[in-house]
Amino acid sequence: MTRPTPETLAHSARRARTVAEPTGDADQTAAPRPGAVPAAPAVRQSAPAQVSGAGSLVRSLEALGVDVVFGIPGGAILPAYDPLYDSTVRHILVRHEQGAGHAATGYAQATGRVGVCIATSGPGATNLVTPIADAYMDSVPIVAITGQVARPSIGTDAFQEADIQGITLPITKHNFLVQTAEEIPQVLAEAFHLASTGRPGPVLVDIPKDVLQAPTTFSWPPTLDLPGYRPTLHPHGKQIREAARLLAAARRPVLYVGGGVLKAGATEGLRRLAELTGIPVVTTLMALGAFPDSHRQHLGMPGMHGTVAAVYGLQKADLIVALGARFDDRVTGRLDSFAPDATVVHADIDPAEIGKNRHADVPIVGDARHVIDELLTAVATEQKAGHRTDLTDWWTQLDDLRERYPLGYEEPSDGTLAPQYVIKRLGEIAGPDAIYVAGVGQHQMWASQFISYEKPSTWLNSGGLGTMGYAVPAAMGAKVGRPDAVVWAVDGDGCFQMTNQELATCALEGIPVKIAVINNGNLGMVRQWQTLFYGERYSNTELGTHKHRIPDFVKLAEALGCVGLRCENADDVDKTIEAAMAINDAPVVVDFVVGKDAMVWPMVPAGTSNDEIMFARGVRPAFDDDEV
Amino acid sequence: MTMHTLSVLVENKPGVLARVSGLFSRRGFNIDSLAVGETENPDVSRITIVVNAESSPLEQVTKQLNKLVNVLKIVELDPQVSVARELLLVKVRADRNARGQVLETVSLFRARVVDVAPDTLTIEATGTPDKLDAMLRDLEPFGIKEMVQSGTVAIGRGSRSITVGPALRAA
Repeated sequence: MTRPTPETLAHSARRARTVAEPTGDADQTAAPRPGAVPAAPAVRQSAPAQVSGAGSLVRSLEALGVDVVFGIPGGAILPAYDPLYDSTVRHILVRHEQGAGHAATGYAQATGRVGVCIATSGPGATNLVTPIADAYMDSVPIVAITGQVARPSIGTDAFQEADIQGITLPITKHNFLVQTAEEIPQVLAEAFHLASTGRPGPVLVDIPKDVLQAPTTFSWPPTLDLPGYRPTLHPHGKQIREAARLLAAARRPVLYVGGGVLKAGATEGLRRLAELTGIPVVTTLMALGAFPDSHRQHLGMPGMHGTVAAVYGLQKADLIVALGARFDDRVTGRLDSFAPDATVVHADIDPAEIGKNRHADVPIVGDARHVIDELLTAVATEQKAGHRTDLTDWWTQLDDLRERYPLGYEEPSDGTLAPQYVIKRLGEIAGPDAIYVAGVGQHQMWASQFISYEKPSTWLNSGGLGTMGYAVPAAMGAKVGRPDAVVWAVDGDGCFQMTNQELATCALEGIPVKIAVINNGNLGMVRQWQTLFYGERYSNTELGTHKHRIPDFVKLAEALGCVGLRCENADDVDKTIEAAMAINDAPVVVDFVVGKDAMVWPMVPAGTSNDEIMFARGVRPAFDDDEV
Repeated sequence: MTMHTLSVLVENKPGVLARVSGLFSRRGFNIDSLAVGETENPDVSRITIVVNAESSPLEQVTKQLNKLVNVLKIVELDPQVSVARELLLVKVRADRNARGQVLETVSLFRARVVDVAPDTLTIEATGTPDKLDAMLRDLEPFGIKEMVQSGTVAIGRGSRSITVGPALRAA
């Protein structure tokens, strides 16, 4: 085991001093408010001052209350790095722009504030494409600032020129190509407003180099000019009353909760609504933590790898109340056989989500917090009028399924370490206050299943885009945003090899994240599909991290300035996790060498009906015969 | 599938047309015709899009269109209560023998001759897509050497008008 290098420790000490100094920005040092979206920028009046476009950019970031940005300088963005040198904004120099983008996303998901990443033109900007698409799919508020070649060179195939505005049109909520230095404060303010309000999402601001260099006047605050942007926050009263009426009359209702509830900061209201009605709750992959896993009314996660009770609950429901969820194919399975008997109440802040995949009988456009608050009042009125159904039969069926088909796993027959056991113990030891950040694949599903999420913003993952390599940089961003929280990345050996270079950033910048590499030597989820659907023909899924120990993750960790630990058997799991938990002055990587044959269960095979859910290989739950 | 005519009011800014047309192709829609131009308010452009689609996917694409920050308003024009026109320029073979007959067709469809050459006439016509199709069928036997057509532009009948709210005017 290595210890932190003197350089790292010196850096941490320096960082600690910096942090201890009053920043004059109470809002940024206060405890984070998960789910909170700043409605208005941290407005500070600023009299007109003569600056460059770059100076105007940095002062705009300061005025918007930005405390940290992740980025890499390069030719076109270079002018911006000069005023950044003297700024109160902390710049974290990452090793790859993809890391900057995911770090901004992790920061935003952990804090509810807008995450910011910066890159230069051309390849710098195109390296941001994956994290921008990722943030778009998961509705994460980030602002990406890119340098562009000077205006006279645009369109000439200049060195490091890429039309990043055109490239990111389909994957941003909106994007800007700044035309003059004068408009920089306004564009930045609009970008932050767009990113953080309504349905959040990524916004890109592309700034030509000559615009950054041009002299201009900076004054704050600017006026926003977004006549075509009017998100609907408050639901329609008639629709709410109709939803409440259905809720009071339903015999097999389910609350289907998506990530929108977390983003709206509506978790407390959700709990009250669930308890007031006594209705079962399912939380999607993006909503884990929105409703306590330990709550009696929580059936678990629905979908491809959801619990039998959650999948069955939706499938057999007579009323589905969807709150900030989007009927994703991973949840519905084959759409035409999804929840055939259910009346659907669909509440979302984005009108385009309503009725997109599944017809909504009662469409409600609004922010989840307002929707839930108004539903609470309307449901209470219904109950006062004596309208309430007895859900005992429904609960009897669901409880029976929970008892017969709980989440579980079998110990590997070859004596190898069970990945599920590692993840389960990690959750138990690190506890419900830690933030867990997953990559994509088997380890992600096990982390969603075997860690108990009790609080909002404690589970970060790439749900919509399914971006391998998300975990390490997103964990870095989360730790920067919430330095007091323990941040564990649960990563796979495949994912980890995509973005682990950001551990060098973590070591040098004093960001002590913890990484559990669930190392099964394979691209595990792909291998699982090969096992089940491709006749066990394991084409190109073995990574060699077992057979050849290439790379050796412990040595790699040490080379990156981290502490490297390894655990290969069940007896050592607890003490290895505890050893990692005890290290707070350096990033830690634990190489958990686990069996390669473990599979994620339950499973609804892709493209099939949720009725076809498999509890384990060759085992289908018996619920056809206890038809309701 | 049916033809739908959408009037889309957008901010008059660079790149807006790419955002709108890109959204249609991305969501799997084929645009039948598209016309764009300034409106009575120079800050606002109006895009007229004719698209062949079922109603429910069209509703989805309209909602997605509404999410574009530069899109101010979308109205589907009912063909019963709107006027739709296209502009056609067509170069027809018309030597001395045929010229009289071609000119007869031109006057029948209330079109105009805008250029004359020894063996061709260039004709300008406006009208509904049906009328222009009919005229082209009549001209076809003479030999159509070249033609170019604009997208449909359309406007609602009656005194009500499609404009943006006061928000943009104040801006």
